[in-house]
Amino acid sequence: MTRTHTFLCVSCPVGCSLTVEEEEGVLVAVSGESCPRGRRYAETELKDPRRTFAGTVAVSGGALPVCPVRSRGGIPKGLLADVARAVSQVVVEAPIVIGQVVIADVCGSGIDITASRSLGGRP
Amino acid sequence: MPEVPVDVAIVGAGPAGVAAGIGAREAGAKEVLVLERDWDLGGILQQCIHPGFGLRTFKEELTGPEFMHRWIERAHGAGVRFSTNTMVFSMDDDGSLWTMNPHRGIEHVVPKAVVLAMGCRERPAGAIKLTGTRGAGIYTAGTAQRFVNMEGLLPGKRVVILGSGDIGLIMARRMIWEGAEVEGVYEIMPWAGGLRRNVAQCLDDFHIPFHLEHAVLSTHGRDRLEGVTVAKIDAQRRPVEGTERYVPCDTLLLAVGLIPENELSRMAGVAIHPGTGGPVVNQFLQTSKPQIFAAGNVVIVYDLADNVSDEGMRAGRNAALYAAGDLPCGGRRFEIKGGKAVRLFSPQWITDGGDATVFFRVVRPFECRCKVFADHGLFSQTHRYARPGEMNEVHLSARDLRSLDPGVTSLTVDVEEV
Repeated sequence: MTRTHTFLCVSCPVGCSLTVEEEEGVLVAVSGESCPRGRRYAETELKDPRRTFAGTVAVSGGALPVCPVRSRGGIPKGLLADVARAVSQVVVEAPIVIGQVVIADVCGSGIDITASRSLGGRP
Repeated sequence: MPEVPVDVAIVGAGPAGVAAGIGAREAGAKEVLVLERDWDLGGILQQCIHPGFGLRTFKEELTGPEFMHRWIERAHGAGVRFSTNTMVFSMDDDGSLWTMNPHRGIEHVVPKAVVLAMGCRERPAGAIKLTGTRGAGIYTAGTAQRFVNMEGLLPGKRVVILGSGDIGLIMARRMIWEGAEVEGVYEIMPWAGGLRRNVAQCLDDFHIPFHLEHAVLSTHGRDRLEGVTVAKIDAQRRPVEGTERYVPCDTLLLAVGLIPENELSRMAGVAIHPGTGGPVVNQFLQTSKPQIFAAGNVVIVYDLADNVSDEGMRAGRNAALYAAGDLPCGGRRFEIKGGKAVRLFSPQWITDGGDATVFFRVVRPFECRCKVFADHGLFSQTHRYARPGEMNEVHLSARDLRSLDPGVTSLTVDVEEV
């Protein structure tokens, strides 16, 4: 049986409305996309929807009390709340270097959480 | 008073100013000085910690701080000088700048050319018709963003958002990830202010109700916000009787628009356009004062940081050329006009001395195939849609401009259904 879904592609600021046809979990057809990312997005959205996580971690001895962090790839949607909780429990010592791994393999997702900026010590 | 002579001075070290520094150095200016009032470089993008920046420039989705990190590294490599903790408190009509710094005191920076890159501010509560009390808990979305993302403070636990600009949508998701509850987003227009993807990934993903054609009529709570009254509004923006609803909340975030920040420009007598709220510029980003240039959200509010840094690069390059006496000037001049579907546009005039890109926003969404064009057959491009939240571009070549009939003195840009 073919089922039709509508997704809004979040791969870029254009935000294409995708019409996606699926048969037993397998993607059959996509329309409405304006670039190849649309099809890729439809595929993952169907099988294993993911989003990049971005938040902050507490910093000790830093120029700011918090440092922005991000996931280095898409986190399964169902895990996002757990990831937010895990990130809120971490305290990192300054100085911090951009790209530094703050939590490796967060919540067993295989994805690292890294620092989005460098942050020096308290002046 | 110590005088600091430079080739190009730039006000603000956000995406426009940092890129302007690079553009100026790459075009040959020797002394390029960027003045920044904050202790750190990067401007507002340091608090925009979500991904979504730089897809055009770097071909990947970066967070705001990552995007700025790359530009700042490049600026250091290009030999741009930065002065942080430096407030420009006045600008004379010759473009010279009065600055204040805790170590050096007051200085007079005297450049051969200036780039204004002060960005924009959020429209505050006082600028919208909001009756009721003023208890703690009413913030612009960007202020809340700074509290959460840079100061580690959560403004409240139960949030109502008024307006659907991108910062408001992004903050809805951010507040949820910080453990708060978002009751809903209320937008007076019949369409979203921000990008569709932000409605999808920041509201729909979390089942946050999005109420179009709704207003917050009034706030309640003396010391602390306790709730707001919301209602549906009609086409004349009057509340529809019987639709008023009391919503308990401790926080109201306002995402109701951005205004270019032009106090300095006005002090120097730079002409401000009533539509954009930014300086009137030509395609070289030159204001009504030939030695003063402007770039980014101080000129017109863009939706993408990529547009802002691109424009910064161009303004910096042109300022350097002007400082060296090499900027093409003169030639035929054309006024730019916006057609029926156009709300805002920039630049407001161009010459045939160089290619030009005109950016503009539409007054309403066109959810159909439509033509973005300039008259006299100068440009036409078909798009699948045109939306108020997304800037349109019209590209004009200097060669085509030179071949226009001598009687042509203005050019109109517009959008039409096809």
